[in-house]
Amino acid sequence: MLSLPKELDDVDYNFQRKYVSGMMKLIARLLQAGSEVDEEIKKEVDNLPDGYLFRMDAAPGNPCLMLQKRNGTMHIVPDDSPLEPDLRISFKHVTHAFLVFSFQEGTATAYANDRMLIDGDTGLAMKIVRSLNRVQSVVLPKMIAEKAVKTLPDFTLFDKLNISAKTYGKLLVNLVKEI
Amino acid sequence: MAKDYYEFFCPVKIIAGFKALEHIPFELSSHGSSNPLILTDKGVKGAGLVDTVLKALDAADQKIAGIFDDVPPDSSTAVVTSAAQYYRDQKADSIIAIGGGSVIDTAKAVNILVSEGGDDVKKYSGSGILKRRLKPFFVIPTTAGTGSEATLVSVIKDDATGKKMPFISHFLLPDAAILDPRLTISLPPKITAATAMDALTHAVESFICLAKNPVSDAYAAAAIKKITANLLNVLKDSSNKDGRLELAQAATMAGIAFSNSMVGLVHALGHNVGAVSHVPHGVCMSILLPHVLAFNLKEREAEIGDLLLPLAGPEIYASTPSAQRAQRSIDFIRDLKEHVYAAAELPRTLEETGSVKRGDLPKIAQMSLDDGAMLLNPIDATYEQALDVLQQAF
Repeated sequence: MLSLPKELDDVDYNFQRKYVSGMMKLIARLLQAGSEVDEEIKKEVDNLPDGYLFRMDAAPGNPCLMLQKRNGTMHIVPDDSPLEPDLRISFKHVTHAFLVFSFQEGTATAYANDRMLIDGDTGLAMKIVRSLNRVQSVVLPKMIAEKAVKTLPDFTLFDKLNISAKTYGKLLVNLVKEI
Repeated sequence: MAKDYYEFFCPVKIIAGFKALEHIPFELSSHGSSNPLILTDKGVKGAGLVDTVLKALDAADQKIAGIFDDVPPDSSTAVVTSAAQYYRDQKADSIIAIGGGSVIDTAKAVNILVSEGGDDVKKYSGSGILKRRLKPFFVIPTTAGTGSEATLVSVIKDDATGKKMPFISHFLLPDAAILDPRLTISLPPKITAATAMDALTHAVESFICLAKNPVSDAYAAAAIKKITANLLNVLKDSSNKDGRLELAQAATMAGIAFSNSMVGLVHALGHNVGAVSHVPHGVCMSILLPHVLAFNLKEREAEIGDLLLPLAGPEIYASTPSAQRAQRSIDFIRDLKEHVYAAAELPRTLEETGSVKRGDLPKIAQMSLDDGAMLLNPIDATYEQALDVLQQAF
């Protein structure tokens, strides 16, 4: 029997899990910072109920990111929190999460391709989805952002750089505060 | 280019054609069922459609457990609970739903309770909560539009909060859908038109949205062809049994397509026009469809162009230069709306419904952004874009 070509068979799931875990941590921090400095994300978060808990994970539950709305902004919740999420987005396999977080497959395409399950109030889920799209559109270079999100917002390069700088700046401030 | 990846699932047996109702006793026995509960609404029962089904069952000595006909147009958790209690009281062992979208959705939810036990259907709300097969379940649609007989979703209003709750599971799919022209032949022209335009929208959106795949495309294209070839004939002659059967099959095929590929902006806007202004769903779909196609044109020109073949037929498709096909598809649907208006007075604009006020449009646009159907539209519409589409449709 012929064996699979190396490029099709050589999947390093361990690397993918570590990469996804790191990217989820980064996205969580960017979303937290965005909810404090980006007017568009702030508008979305304003319309979430206080205490709203969002979880994204790759089956069977790890790696994951969890964010909760408290006092008007999003806050990171430890992975091992026993709190039940209001919204859960679960990738069916870590390799599907890897496709998205390595920008080989856009989030909407991943959903269209049945790579993930979304469980929770749809109206509120849409606010989280738009916030995730916004943060990616802001912080990623345009060439990569085009692959990550379905429709890029109509902002100028100056606006993009300005909001991006504020978001990264806030992320750093938040990190320093935690040290 | 080949689709990167897709999934397709439809285990529903389609029993379609003349004398299809007479196959029900065999289907019941093949599922080990001898005492089915009929679930319907008062309109369907009053129109004599349940009697037509009962006659076919009687002739084969098929008994029934009873008839529950208290399903309202907008079903709720209380209705589901009382229907489930009636099922248990009558010691039924299966469900036959006879009706449109509300009856079918209610029957799916009732099947959850009678299979899983308990009285609180809310705890099964969400996606993928059910983990095993339910009781034998058969659907006889009395409209040719919703496609609910082939979808894995049920939407029920929570009486406590007034919110609509989705139930999503492959186990909600019926074991069989029975399509018999006797059940749709008495539909008035306006409802025939609205439901057919609903089915057309299901097929078109499943064909152009992000989750399209080769199998759902095949169902969608076949459904579109049947609708455009038969709708106007049926509106001219409502007793046209062949045409009625074609429309019923088209609605089921469109249901299979969109159950696998989902829908987009037409539904996102239409759900909220319905919620705010109480316009029937099929009417919203018919009004909005060409406007949303025009909005999606820049991202989906090739797919909308491909629609011209099932919409207009091979002669028009072949004689239209490829660069003009997408616009011609949209124009074809606009013309179809005009013909349907002439034959059945189905409103062509939101204003013609008499229910939608221009002042409601900003609220509808805002609500539409939070509709789940927006997720798979080829373009994420902004508030301004959604409002613009609504204003054009007004």
